[in-house]
Amino acid sequence: MAETIETFAQRLQERLEGFLETCTVAHGECTIEVPPARLLEVCTALHEEAELGFDELIDLCGVDYAKYGEAEWVAGEATDRGFSRGVRGPGERLHETSRPETPRFAAVYHLLSLPHNRRLRVRAYAADEDFPVLPSVMGVWNSANWFEREAFDLFGIIFEGHPDLRRILTDYGFVGHPFRKDFPLGGTVEVRYDPERGRVVYEPVSMQPRVLVPRVIRHDHRYEVDRVDERKEDRESATTPR
Amino acid sequence: MPEIRNFTMNFGPQHPAAHGVLRLVLEMDGEVIVRADPHIGLLHRATEKLAESKPYNQSIGYMDRLDYMSMMCNEHAYVLAIERLLGVEPPLRAQYIRVMFDEITRLLNHLMWLATHAIDVGAMTVFLYCFREREDLFDCYEAVSGARMHTSYYRPGGVYRDLPDRMPQHHPSQWRSARDLKRMNRARQGSLLDFIEDFTERFPGYIDEYETLLTDNRIWKQRTVGIGVVSPERARQLAFTGPMLRGSGIEWDLRKKQPYEVYDRVDFDIPVGVNGDCYDRYLVRVEEMRQSNRIVRQCVDWLRRNPGPVVLQDHKVTPPPREEMKADMEALIHHFKLFTEGFCIPEGEAYAAIEHPKGEFGIYLVSDGANKPYRLKIRPPAFVHLGALDEMGRGHMLADCVALIGTLDIVFGDVDR
Repeated sequence: MAETIETFAQRLQERLEGFLETCTVAHGECTIEVPPARLLEVCTALHEEAELGFDELIDLCGVDYAKYGEAEWVAGEATDRGFSRGVRGPGERLHETSRPETPRFAAVYHLLSLPHNRRLRVRAYAADEDFPVLPSVMGVWNSANWFEREAFDLFGIIFEGHPDLRRILTDYGFVGHPFRKDFPLGGTVEVRYDPERGRVVYEPVSMQPRVLVPRVIRHDHRYEVDRVDERKEDRESATTPR
Repeated sequence: MPEIRNFTMNFGPQHPAAHGVLRLVLEMDGEVIVRADPHIGLLHRATEKLAESKPYNQSIGYMDRLDYMSMMCNEHAYVLAIERLLGVEPPLRAQYIRVMFDEITRLLNHLMWLATHAIDVGAMTVFLYCFREREDLFDCYEAVSGARMHTSYYRPGGVYRDLPDRMPQHHPSQWRSARDLKRMNRARQGSLLDFIEDFTERFPGYIDEYETLLTDNRIWKQRTVGIGVVSPERARQLAFTGPMLRGSGIEWDLRKKQPYEVYDRVDFDIPVGVNGDCYDRYLVRVEEMRQSNRIVRQCVDWLRRNPGPVVLQDHKVTPPPREEMKADMEALIHHFKLFTEGFCIPEGEAYAAIEHPKGEFGIYLVSDGANKPYRLKIRPPAFVHLGALDEMGRGHMLADCVALIGTLDIVFGDVDR
């Protein structure tokens, strides 16, 4: 790769001035965030312009940010109730919210440019939480067809302009969007064969949800590069006067 | 004149050529396909949602069950994504082991693909031949991990354990003669690497056998040449990757273009098709088997000469050795924390992609700093390829549909997740 990811991000920002909300580089990957109203314009530019040349839509997925940064178990200090707190469920749940001030649903697009051998991640937030809508990019990349159906099925994101937005992975007649964070892991209905009625029947689930390993957020100092540097500076400044 | 209407036909989900649980609703005009509407999801297990409820390491086993024809490759993408977010790199020997097993997995997958593709189109013998070789490769899996298919062998920071010094042998039994037993154990006298090397010496001859049966076979060519032609432009629009893209004449292979692990240190070539039909994709995949064989040989050679650690000695991510755990308090604490809570991954997101036998297999991982993934998205190659079946199938005969499903190389664990 002749161009580093940082200079590419710089160039992208200059080219798409005013279209992008953010442009970040982390782990060698470039991420841009685009307002839904400009999504189609940006995608068309990314696809059509030769110096960008993102000719493949590798992946498209929905993300539900409703519980981002929430832990089931506080890890910063000692507790007297321990494991049970995490297991007991929502009533006891402790919030350690660091959820960004963004809408709940987003679609994340992973693009690949074959001629330039480069990847790009595009994220677009759907403004309305109750009725998330995003424009369909099927006209730009035909491979978006099934991906958008999948995101609709699992997250309930409506892709405007999609010609055939049906459910794809869930059962015929399924109710709800299973990958939303408020959808229970065990589902809502179970099926069994009813010998009396001589057919398969649907019933509300009988099993109780349970947590085996509570979700916990730990701030490992090894990954907080800035803080380590700060501490080092503090130590240095403390020793130099001598 | 009687009124002639298109009629709708149901193909699968119990059809033997549907490669699992594909339900195809075909709209037919006589014997010509007008529209194909795949109904998928019959094997949907919500792997991504399940992974959100488990510590990172407990989901490795789920990865095996995605594309159950290429188990270790799925694990590979998953651990790569974790390693990228953690910022760790496995030891060099672990990287070579991973590359070697990735290529063994590619052989496994392509053998299965060839076997089923051929039997769908009507060639019985190839099926039996391919399964003969798959047995040996499964024995390699078993020797290294204890499981023949769902191995859970790759771990963030390396692999679970080093290659065994002894290859397990077949035991005498009343069902096999002494001569058979001797023949079966002939290659199993030494270590696993000796066994793999012996296999790589035999394997090119086996590929020649398959090619003798198929490449110039009149019936095989009638069934595959000119069927399901995809132009390079359409292949890019439909996000084809892997052999499907190379069959259409685009030279693209992540092992060369975006090398991960030690693929930049091994020597191999990328076969590319010309016409983009089923026959070219067949040739590409057969040549890929020969190239994989070459890579495996180079890895065996390197692994023989370079012993060393196979897993990172960072006990915040990988458990300490058992002896150490019994003797050292610090190690015991690490062990306890890792197996009860798991490790936390710093906040961030990463997309790790590998050249899976079927195409690009990617894992998009979003972490909010917890011991479980916030969101895990699996980018399955087969899902994308199956999405193109409608376009590829239009205007073909019903019987060609079977050849198309074969050439897509789909597995429903992967499509439905």
